[in-house]
Amino acid sequence: MTASADVLLPRSPDEAVEAFGDGSDVTVIGGGTIVLPEITYGRLRPTRAIILTAADLAGVKRDGTTVTVGATTPVAELVDLPAPVGPCAANVADGEIRGQATLGGNLCAGEGAGAPRGDLQGALLAVDAVARSAGAGGERTEPLADFLANRRGRLLLDVSFDAPAAGAFVALDRPHTHEYTTMAVSVARRPDGTVRIAVTGAGTHGQRLPSAEAAAGDPAAAGEAALADVAPQDDALASSWYRTKTLPVLVRRALAELKEAS
Amino acid sequence: MNLTVNGVEHDVASAPLTSLLDVLREELGITSPKAGCEQGGCGACTVLVDGEARRSCLLPVGALDGAEVTTVEGLGTPERLSTVQLAFTHHYAAQCGFCTSGMLLAAHAYVEHGGSDDRAEITEALGGHVCRCTGYVKIIEAVAAAARGDSFDLETTAASPGMTNIGGVR
Repeated sequence: MTASADVLLPRSPDEAVEAFGDGSDVTVIGGGTIVLPEITYGRLRPTRAIILTAADLAGVKRDGTTVTVGATTPVAELVDLPAPVGPCAANVADGEIRGQATLGGNLCAGEGAGAPRGDLQGALLAVDAVARSAGAGGERTEPLADFLANRRGRLLLDVSFDAPAAGAFVALDRPHTHEYTTMAVSVARRPDGTVRIAVTGAGTHGQRLPSAEAAAGDPAAAGEAALADVAPQDDALASSWYRTKTLPVLVRRALAELKEAS
Repeated sequence: MNLTVNGVEHDVASAPLTSLLDVLREELGITSPKAGCEQGGCGACTVLVDGEARRSCLLPVGALDGAEVTTVEGLGTPERLSTVQLAFTHHYAAQCGFCTSGMLLAAHAYVEHGGSDDRAEITEALGGHVCRCTGYVKIIEAVAAAARGDSFDLETTAASPGMTNIGGVR
């Protein structure tokens, strides 16, 4: 039961890193929106937990065109960032949840059994974000894709990216009390003109779509090409088949929006 | 740890990973926040934490040391209802009542933060709240009235059951 859990409340980033250690047997709580129901329903029984609320890891900093977002920054504070990140953040759940849920939770939560998690993953992949994290072996900064693939045992500290020249975000939502994101596509045009395309909800975590990127000049072809990059899952929101039919449409629409935004 | 609920300070004994909802209902006996889905989906447990509408089922109480929490018990009294409570009463915005406390607190935060009577904005602000009686029209009308600063005379409400301000909806 929760009564036996050892709960730590670090008061600085250094304290948080020390409390996290190598991450073994630690449950990290940012906003609590994902973890707390797991505890309440008894699906998760932490022996050791860290609550990051007071760890001074929140905030959005801008240095020229570079944006750095602290791990415990509420999703609500990302809403005004450039597309695709801002519109993606605005699409997360509802205002109360956005005010509480954190960037770190969104990027680090394990795969959801019933629905995809991590709406922001695709948007941040599309802007070539890098993640700074702590854990075994010390601090490291790496491309977000590498972080996502090996995030167990890492404590996210912040995420940085350069604002793209243009961006767009398109989502397929499924109405519930708030709208769950079944699948979403983020696109961004880099200052050098190349286009990044990434998806959330077509696999266990967000991923770039290199085949679609290679065909980005032709939205319809890019949409079809995207299917070569994914292995969509069946879950409570949609079947793999449905996702396969929908992904090309989302890619096509996102590229059309990008063209308008450019 | 300390929690101030409706102006009264409490020394909370529950384990730090207990949800604020459980602390309010089970330890402190404050039962207006409802345990609906207990996973953040329904909004029936919404309270104000330092003035912001939050799902109490999603907050570990250990993260809230020193916080100020407001529930419906702290919004108004039966003799002196708050603005949104008056508006909900006048517009018959409660049916079974299970969602009402969450709706009231979300509406209170919306009005306090300067929200307008624009329907789309109200719908967005209440987006995390489900009314299973589907009584949304009157709820939105009530919030719009509170946002406009309408005045209500509940003596006459019973004689004109909510039909004065219904914005074209019959």
